[in-house]
Amino acid sequence: MNPNLVLPLILPLGAAALSIGLGRWPLTRRWLVTLTLAGTIVSSVFLLIEVADGSVLVGHVGGVDYPIGITLVVDTFSAILLTISTIMLFAVFIFAAGSPKTDETRAFFHPVYLILAAGVSAAFLTGDLFNLFVAFEVTLTASYVLITFGGSRLQIRHGMTYVVISLLASTLFITGVGLVYAATGTVNMADLATKLPEIDPGLRSALGVMFLVVFGIKAAIFPLFFWLPDSYPVATSPVTAIFAGLLTKVGVYAIIRSHTLLFGESGPSTLLLAVAGLTMVTGVLGAITQNDVKRILSFHIVSQIGYMIFGLGLYSLAGLAATVFYIVHHIIVKTTLFLVGGLIEERTGTASLRHLGGLLHSSPLLAVLFLLPALSLAGIPPLSGFVAKLALIEAGFAIGSYLTVSVAIAVSALTLFSMTKIWSGVFWGKADEPSPNVADLEGKWPAFPRMMTGPTALLVALGIAFVVAAAPLYELGEIAAGGLIDPSTYISAVRAP
Amino acid sequence: MIVVMVAAVAVLYGTGAYLLLQRNLSRIVIGLGLLAHGANLLLLLAGGRAGDAPLVGGDGGPYADPLPQALALTAIVITFGVSAYLLALAYRSWSLTRSDEVEDDVEDRRIAAMIEARATVEEREQDHDGEVAE
Repeated sequence: MNPNLVLPLILPLGAAALSIGLGRWPLTRRWLVTLTLAGTIVSSVFLLIEVADGSVLVGHVGGVDYPIGITLVVDTFSAILLTISTIMLFAVFIFAAGSPKTDETRAFFHPVYLILAAGVSAAFLTGDLFNLFVAFEVTLTASYVLITFGGSRLQIRHGMTYVVISLLASTLFITGVGLVYAATGTVNMADLATKLPEIDPGLRSALGVMFLVVFGIKAAIFPLFFWLPDSYPVATSPVTAIFAGLLTKVGVYAIIRSHTLLFGESGPSTLLLAVAGLTMVTGVLGAITQNDVKRILSFHIVSQIGYMIFGLGLYSLAGLAATVFYIVHHIIVKTTLFLVGGLIEERTGTASLRHLGGLLHSSPLLAVLFLLPALSLAGIPPLSGFVAKLALIEAGFAIGSYLTVSVAIAVSALTLFSMTKIWSGVFWGKADEPSPNVADLEGKWPAFPRMMTGPTALLVALGIAFVVAAAPLYELGEIAAGGLIDPSTYISAVRAP
Repeated sequence: MIVVMVAAVAVLYGTGAYLLLQRNLSRIVIGLGLLAHGANLLLLLAGGRAGDAPLVGGDGGPYADPLPQALALTAIVITFGVSAYLLALAYRSWSLTRSDEVEDDVEDRRIAAMIEARATVEEREQDHDGEVAE
C-alpha cells in the first residue's frame, strides 16, 4: 500500500496524541502542529501527482480484503480536495498562532485542531459508507470543541444549536447506513455501486433522499441551512475561517460522491437543480439583510453551496468539472475572507458594520486583502470566481437549464451588492455608532503581527495564482469529473485483489 | 422476536424525536440518547434474524453476521463520547444562565420586535385613516 494514502490520516492523529503529552510546552506543541500539517500537505501533493491522470489508488487497511475490510481510496477528485484542504489547515493554523485573541496555546486547541485535520482527511480518503460516518463524527466532535472554545454565553447558546443539529444528522446517517446494509449486505461504496442498482428502485431512491438530507444538513443546502449563519460567526476567527472553508465542503463532497457513485440516475436531476437554485437565492437574500461582516459571509457560504450543487445537478462532464473548479475556488476565497474578517475583529473588537468605518485610511493593506477575494467571490473578471461561474453557466446552457442559469447570474449580481455593502460599511465613510475601541479607528494602525497577515496574503496570492493556472487546473477538474461520471475505474480499482 | 425489536426501534425513535423538540436542554440530551439507541438496535436488526451463534467458536453452522455488531459497537463508543460532551455543554449553559431552557435567538427577537413595531405603526395609520373618513 502506498504510504501517502495513510499519512494524511495517521500523521495528525499521532501528533494529536503527542501534543497532549507536550501539554506544558506550548511552543514545542506549536512547532509539532506546524510540521505535521506541512507533512500532510507534502503527502497529499504526492497523492495528487500520482492520480492526476485519472487513475485510482486503493489501500486495504490491516490486510483485510475487499469488501469487508477498511478501504482507503483516492481518485483525482478526492486528491484535489485533500490537497487544497491541507493547505488551508496549514495557513489557518499559522494565522491562529499569530492571533493574540485566539489564544491558541491554551488548553486543547492543538490536539483538537489536529483531530479536525485527521477527520477531514479521513472523509476524503475513505472508501466505505460507515467509515465516512466515522470520519464525519471525528471532524464534528473536534468542531464541537472548537466552536465553543471560548466558553462564553453566546458561544454555548449557538454552539448548542450546532451540536444538536449535527447529532441529529449523525443519527440519521447511521440509520441510513443500517438500512443500506439491510438492503444490500455491504457498506463498501464500490460494492454498493454494483449492488444498489439491483434492489427495488423505490427503496433505492428513498435511501438516496435520506442520504441527501443527511449530507445536506452538513453541507447547509436549502432548506437545511438554518444552523449555519447562526453558529459559525460566534466561534473565534480562525475557527470560523477553517469551518467556512472546509466543513460544509466535506458535506458537498459526500453529496457528490454518493450521487455519482451510489444513488444518481444519469442525466440532469430536477430535484438537485431546484435545491441549487433555492439555496443560491435564500443564501444571498439572507446575506443582504445582515449587518455584520461574519454573518454576511456566513450566509454567502450557503449561497455558494448552491452553485456547487448546480454543477452536480447538471450531471454532465462540463458541469462536474466546473463544480470541482468552483469548490477549490470557494475554499480558497472563503477562507481568505474570513481571515480578513478576523483581522478586522482582532483590531477593533467588532465585526458589525454599524461600528466600523474608514478602515481604508487606517489600514490600506487590509483593504487590498479584502477587495481581491471579495471581487472574486462576486465573479468579477479576471478573478477565479469569474472563471468558475463562467464554466458553470456554460455547462448550464449546454444542458438547457435556463432557469437555474438565470438564477445563478442574478445571485452573483446580488453577491456583488453585499460585498460592496461590506466595503462601504467597513472601509469607506465613518462609523455610524463608533465602537468602544473607536480610538483605534482614527489614523494609521500599527502593523498586524506578521503571522496573521502572512497567511492571509499567501491565500490571496494563491487565489490569484489559481486564475493564472486556470487552464491546466480546469483540465485537472475535467479528469476528476470524468472519474465521477464514469465510476468504472473507481469500482474496478477497489475490487482488484 | 424481530417484531418486538422493530417495535422497540419505533418507540425509541418516536420518543427521541419528541424529546428533541422540547426546550429543556436535559430533555434534548436524553432525546438524542434515545435516538442513538434506536439507531444501534436498527443496525443489529440489519444483520438478519436473531438466535444464530456468534462468529467466534462456532461449529461451522450458521452464525450471526458480525459486521453490524462491529458497526453498532463503534456507534455506541461515538455516542458515548459525544453525549459526555453534550452533558458538559448543558452544564456550562446552566451555570452561565441558571436555566435549563434554550435561550431565545437574538436574531429571532430582533425580527419579532420589528414586526411588532410595524404592526403598531399600521394600527396608528388605520386609526388616522378612520379619523379622516369621519
